[in-house]
Amino acid sequence: MAMTIHVDIVSAEREIFSGTATMVFAPAEMGEVGIAPRHAPLLTRLVPGEVRVRDQEGREQSFFVSGGMLEVQPHLVTILSDTAVRAVDLDEAKALEAKRRAEEALHERKGEIDYARARAELAEAVAQLRTIEKLRKRRGGS
Amino acid sequence: MAGAKEIRTKIKSIGSTQKITKAMEMVAASKMRKAQDRMAASRPYAERIRRVIHHMAHAHPEYRHPFLEHREARRVGLIVVSTDRGLCGGLNVNLFKAVIAAMQEWEQDGLEIDLGVFGVKAQQFFRRLGGNVVSETTHMGDAPRVADLIGPVKVMLDAHVEGRIDRLYLAYNRFINTMTQRPVIEQLIPVEPEEDPELRHHWDYIYEPEPQPVVDALMTRYIESLVYQAVVENVASEMAARMVAMKAASDNAGALIDELQLAYNKARQAAITQELSEIVSGAAAV
Repeated sequence: MAMTIHVDIVSAEREIFSGTATMVFAPAEMGEVGIAPRHAPLLTRLVPGEVRVRDQEGREQSFFVSGGMLEVQPHLVTILSDTAVRAVDLDEAKALEAKRRAEEALHERKGEIDYARARAELAEAVAQLRTIEKLRKRRGGS
Repeated sequence: MAGAKEIRTKIKSIGSTQKITKAMEMVAASKMRKAQDRMAASRPYAERIRRVIHHMAHAHPEYRHPFLEHREARRVGLIVVSTDRGLCGGLNVNLFKAVIAAMQEWEQDGLEIDLGVFGVKAQQFFRRLGGNVVSETTHMGDAPRVADLIGPVKVMLDAHVEGRIDRLYLAYNRFINTMTQRPVIEQLIPVEPEEDPELRHHWDYIYEPEPQPVVDALMTRYIESLVYQAVVENVASEMAARMVAMKAASDNAGALIDELQLAYNKARQAAITQELSEIVSGAAAV
């Protein structure tokens, strides 16, 4: 029997593939790599492209990944696929957007937290909820 | 009959409220199931990436990532995951209570706090009460995507890399079951890999092209996956809490209608009796 290697392809939002293979091809940053069983431990980034998994019968299944990470252990290949297209400046823009929203609201907000007020407000809300709960129980019991 | 008419209007209005709460309950129930599916779907990735981080922490690379280092804390980051909409019982209130308690403790230890908020509720809460908010993300919807998190998480990670914060925490509602959601505050940075005596021998990965960018990319994704899981779990908690709250509201409306119906019948009966006695006494007078 041919030697096999376990392959997991997952993205943060779902599991894409899990099974055994005799060979895996992935679009690594430095060029496409082919992973056979007993490959040395390897960690690399992937670029958008096609991952091909060849099973014992020699059939190939292919999956598209929009980048991600590839981890190789001697009998285990893990592909952590990205769900979004990543690029340094793209990520930067998203971070700036989140910051901007926070800064926009800054003028209507004090820097220091008024803990006493926060506690009082929360206590009031909790008391309201508890009262509702009690009323409901009483009503249910009668 | 004036009293009876008023009661009838009241019954009608409560009835239509009850219709709405019933519909909301059913919508929340179906959305909760979907959110639970998403929670389950995000688990394999989190498990795999945790395993890779774990392997890496036990390897002996020439580059050790800053997220693994313990630093003397002067300033901490806290990501608060809340809901966008209300009508979900005490879900957000309980979370904010836990958050405020933790923040006060940190402040007593002389730590400053940078906040990253998710959801309209947390945004409003900290706008009203102050706090140093460095990023805000709202309206991610019922099916949040990882792409929505990249920006706000990066704000915090950059702050850590640049030394503005030394630790990073995450606060959200953990989904225990439909009836129970528990606010939790977890430590994200420094990353604490589990101990594994089997992995103590000396080995390392081959990194292509260089260890640093590869490890950086991996760490970023790891933190993102943890935040994504928290966000998805918070959505499931929100839907469960809303379902329970709306069920309670529908039950209350039902009880109220029963009571009002009784009062209406009495008022109607009284009116009829009064009319009858007027007719009878009128006839007797003739």
